[in-house]
Amino acid sequence: MSVEFGIIGQQLVNGLTLGGMYALLALGYTLVYGILLMINFAHAEMFMFGAYVGLFTLQGLSRIEFFTSSGPALLLLYVLTFLIAMVVTGILGVIIERFAYRPLRHAPRLAPLISAIGVSLFLQNAALLWISSRSIPFPVLFEVRTFRIAGANISSMQILIIVTTILLMLVLDTFVSRTRLGRAMRATSQDRDAAGLMGVDINRVIALTFFIGPALGGAAGIFSGMYYGNIKYNMGFIPGIKSFTAAVIGGIGNLRGAMLGGFLLGLLESLAAAYISTGYKDVIAFAILIVVLIFKPGGLLGESVAEKV
Amino acid sequence: MLKVNDIHTFYGKIEALKGISIEVQEGEIVTLIGANGAGKSTTLKTISGQLAPLHGSIEFLGEAISGMPSHAVTAKHVIQVPEGRRIFPQMSVRENLDMGAFLRNDKEGIAEDLEKVLDLFPRLRERLAQKGGTLSGGEQQMLAIARGMMARPKLLMLDEPSMGLAPVIVDVIFETIKRLNEAGTTILLVEQNAAMALQVAHRGYVLETGSVVLQGGGTELLRNEQVRKTYLGEV
Ligand SMILES: Nc1ncnc2c1ncn2[C@@H]1O[C@H](COP(=O)(O)OP(=O)(O)O)[C@@H](O)[C@H]1O
Ligand SMILES: [Mg+2]
Repeated sequence: MSVEFGIIGQQLVNGLTLGGMYALLALGYTLVYGILLMINFAHAEMFMFGAYVGLFTLQGLSRIEFFTSSGPALLLLYVLTFLIAMVVTGILGVIIERFAYRPLRHAPRLAPLISAIGVSLFLQNAALLWISSRSIPFPVLFEVRTFRIAGANISSMQILIIVTTILLMLVLDTFVSRTRLGRAMRATSQDRDAAGLMGVDINRVIALTFFIGPALGGAAGIFSGMYYGNIKYNMGFIPGIKSFTAAVIGGIGNLRGAMLGGFLLGLLESLAAAYISTGYKDVIAFAILIVVLIFKPGGLLGESVAEKV
Repeated sequence: MLKVNDIHTFYGKIEALKGISIEVQEGEIVTLIGANGAGKSTTLKTISGQLAPLHGSIEFLGEAISGMPSHAVTAKHVIQVPEGRRIFPQMSVRENLDMGAFLRNDKEGIAEDLEKVLDLFPRLRERLAQKGGTLSGGEQQMLAIARGMMARPKLLMLDEPSMGLAPVIVDVIFETIKRLNEAGTTILLVEQNAAMALQVAHRGYVLETGSVVLQGGGTELLRNEQVRKTYLGEV
């Protein structure tokens, strides 16, 4: 009995950790789709880019002795690493929008899509050529402890990832629902022309969207590096596909939907790995997701498709 | 107050406005009437900055505003209430009204104006927490006008406010337009309902395929034989 519970509990925590990363990355897809009705194929690369910036920041800052001198200083080191990596990745997102998507805003819908694929290839190959074609270790500078709770092994790393993820989501949710700029974002996603008539500077809102999404995706990339211990130039590809799926499952364009979809996908994957087969975990997770889409084509929290068009 | 001088606006290669010139004086209600596709909405969108004219100029209170993006035109208190109402469907009535005041930060003034528009349309007060998308067509039109008023417009441009509404509601809307004007708001009104529009308007312009073909006082146009035949359905 307690062994049984141990496995479930273990997989729930593993699933939430993985799901948190998917959810953070999924938010970027859903934010951009909500505003521009565009699938930003280059978004997966924000995961990779954030991880690299995070790694370099961590390496650079940890040379300063102060940051490794005490517990609080170490915490500060990590907070700074995340902040810097998120801001830098966010700025990259804004630059990509400005030069690769905005000139194509009035072009046929296929054009920005192709441009996005180009950006994605460019970033992957840049990382491959200029940094490394191999996995790079991502150091962990604090001692990871493992707690045994009700038969499950839960690491302090998992707790850190889950808690930080939820924190970031709460900040985003509050920003979007309570602030003036957040309201401008929602208005723009509901009716762009009408938002412009209210005095919303649409280009600024779009730039903001392309800052927030990549910043969150970059944070997810750092989590991935910390969790698995290494990063690679193509590390964004699989999580990108999964997170995009998570966004669709939740109802693309819907923020809470992306969060729900991400966690759901992470949980399904972990449970499938434990109870059925590791080799088939993705097949099983995606099969369940397809079933969800058959019954709710607009996604779990999405409007019906007819309404959106 | 508003001087539109010989504007030409294109959709790709299609010339939708072939040199339109209109003027609105402070305190007036001016109406643009014309058949479907005449270019009425295109004219309003060009003034509000949603479209840029290829030639011609637009002046508001002596300042050139043509080619400005729509948020910048809104900042000049030139406010367009768009065709089809364009309420934010997932936002509450209250949030929609707040969006109308997006560029303002005078809290007290906003609260004052909120009371004013809710007095103007008491039905909105009962529905403040309701989502915009769940309102009836008439209520949405009231909300669209109220939202426009929340920007303290110097010039309020209404695009077919009576479209698709029951006759009783149409009367309410036109009554409101008159009251807003009497209270000091200058109005540029686009309508297919020419009879009602010309009754409330001081002056009017008749548009046909992108050009002004006739202009004059409201009652003068109402009596005009060509207008009566083409737009008021008389034989
Ligand atoms: N988005 C558009 N793309 C191409 N042509 C358009 C577009 N909108 C309007 N038109 C054309 O421009 C002309 C004027 O349209 P519009 O200003 O909407 O007329 P009205 O408001 O008087 O009914 C019409 O011939 C219409 O077909
Ligand atoms: Mg029209």
